[in-house]
Amino acid sequence: MIPDRPQPGRRWQGWADRHAGWIFAAPWLIGVVVLMLLSMAASVVLSMVEWDGVALSGMRWVGLEHYRHILSLNPETADKDFRIALYNTLIYAVFAVPLGLAGSLALAMLLDSTLRGIGLFRTVYYLPHVLGGVATILIWRWIFHPDFGLINAALRDAYDGIAAVGFAQARTWPVPGWLYSPTWSKPALFLMSLWGAGGAMLVFLAALQNVPEHLYEAARIDGAGRWRCFRHVTLPQISPALFFNLVMGIIGTLQIFNQAYLLESGGQRKSLLFYVVYLYRRAFEHYEMGYASALAWVLFVIIMVLTAVVLLTGRYWVHYEGER
Amino acid sequence: MNDPPGASEKHRDRGRTADRAAIRRRRVRTGLRLAVLTVIGLGFLLPLIWAVCASLKPLDQVYVFPPQFLPNPPQWDNYRQVLDPRVARLPFLRFILNTTVITVSAVVGTVLTGSMAGYALARLSWRTRGFWFIVLLATMMLPGQVLLIPHFLIYKNLGWVNTYKPLIVPSWLGGGAFFVFLFRQFFKTIPRDLEEAALIDGAGRWQIYWRLMLPLAKPAVATVAALSFVAHWQEFMGPLIYLSDLERYPVSLGLRMFQNIGGSWTNLLMAASLVSLLPVAILFLFAQRYFVRGLLLTGTKG
Repeated sequence: MIPDRPQPGRRWQGWADRHAGWIFAAPWLIGVVVLMLLSMAASVVLSMVEWDGVALSGMRWVGLEHYRHILSLNPETADKDFRIALYNTLIYAVFAVPLGLAGSLALAMLLDSTLRGIGLFRTVYYLPHVLGGVATILIWRWIFHPDFGLINAALRDAYDGIAAVGFAQARTWPVPGWLYSPTWSKPALFLMSLWGAGGAMLVFLAALQNVPEHLYEAARIDGAGRWRCFRHVTLPQISPALFFNLVMGIIGTLQIFNQAYLLESGGQRKSLLFYVVYLYRRAFEHYEMGYASALAWVLFVIIMVLTAVVLLTGRYWVHYEGER
Repeated sequence: MNDPPGASEKHRDRGRTADRAAIRRRRVRTGLRLAVLTVIGLGFLLPLIWAVCASLKPLDQVYVFPPQFLPNPPQWDNYRQVLDPRVARLPFLRFILNTTVITVSAVVGTVLTGSMAGYALARLSWRTRGFWFIVLLATMMLPGQVLLIPHFLIYKNLGWVNTYKPLIVPSWLGGGAFFVFLFRQFFKTIPRDLEEAALIDGAGRWQIYWRLMLPLAKPAVATVAALSFVAHWQEFMGPLIYLSDLERYPVSLGLRMFQNIGGSWTNLLMAASLVSLLPVAILFLFAQRYFVRGLLLTGTKG
């Protein structure tokens, strides 16, 4: 056999095949190194300087001063808006996450059925989760309009109905101001987030459909009613999905931006000033790149701590099949 | 032993009535479930229906108290007023075109470079691969805010502010850890023998990837394309930071602009919002299973 004479094209191909891993991963590797690793390092440094982001000569080293200011316990020197933003964000998460979990689980249980046409319902429930962004937020803004919006129109009709059956003072009950009221602006966001509960719902639905039927039968033979079946069979069986949705819910709600930024209006009195909105303002409206970087790292630590807490407690309540 | 006459019949009868009761109970339960499903389903659709109705009203019907649900008569001209560049208050068609350009460029980049990285992580052996896979998993968890400002400064110094590059170039650098992960997981499931056969036939790595692996990974490609399409079509914060020229706005910024300058033209605002939702809704209806697949891949393996 005559060996192939090496051709220039072949030699190149041989080299490329030997280093194929690096070559194929190259675009992503550049992205990871520049946009992730170096950027993170830069962000750490930035959080210790005072800088408007314009000229390097304007940069001033301040060390941990930003962090000290953010985390200061002294109400005189503390960053008041930071505290408002943190409080709003945590309160929002404390209500929206459990509400979302309960709502999406209830919907998933409703959809866990072999009814004909159930696929249509699943599509309808899931659709709003996919439709997001500015357009749906503007639609909701109109729905929440205190005078001409859908929700208050329905409420007024309901009041009239109550009045019609003999409870006359119902007509004088007030309707919420929703986005124009510091009390009702957050509940408005809860409603909006429930509308998009379809994602978590599908994760629950997949988990529910994987629960083996014989476990329910065994429980029923042991005399368990519906509640005990749910509590002792369903919940442990779907606990990995619950765990996943809980972690995703926490991460997602703490980073809420679009709704809060777009739905701001007079009359809310900072009730929709959320963490990332505040961070955005400091960075891109006040050009305080250093301070905003420190804010970002504080948020990072908060998210990591909460996620770690869930992960650690997960050992006690998340049940994985085949591992006892 | 014979049962007294009639006893077995009685038994059977009792059995039949018990069956009938069970069937009736099941029917009632099914009916109830169907009713609840329908009511909630209408609740989910109501915001969209309400927006459609508002988009078809003349302005004086929008601001009427108490609010009326249905437009009377529907004013289809509202959509022309939004889309026709000669009468529109903002270049809305232009915004949609801009969004299309950004989204398509970003989706192509994500599918191409994301699948290449996924292939390298799943199938090629190269030094430090294990390390980079751990980096991939770590970056999937990273909240984006810590990168926001460094990215802005990088792009600003490259002179990319007020261009589409900050919105597109990252998609050509892997397009996000989640998509790379999704591709990697999918390539792992493709049997190795196909690839080995191709290697023996003398195919190069690129040929194997392009002619063999990528066509086999069509479901993963569809999932990533669908998810990244929606993400880029609806992106708001990136354009908000990087774009200042009205002519270059994508639809998300255009809608916000519309709300700020013409906030009281609610009928037109609703029409514009619905038009911008339409591509995503159509994509969803045709590619629903790919959305579900992407979601469940994260949800069950996570």
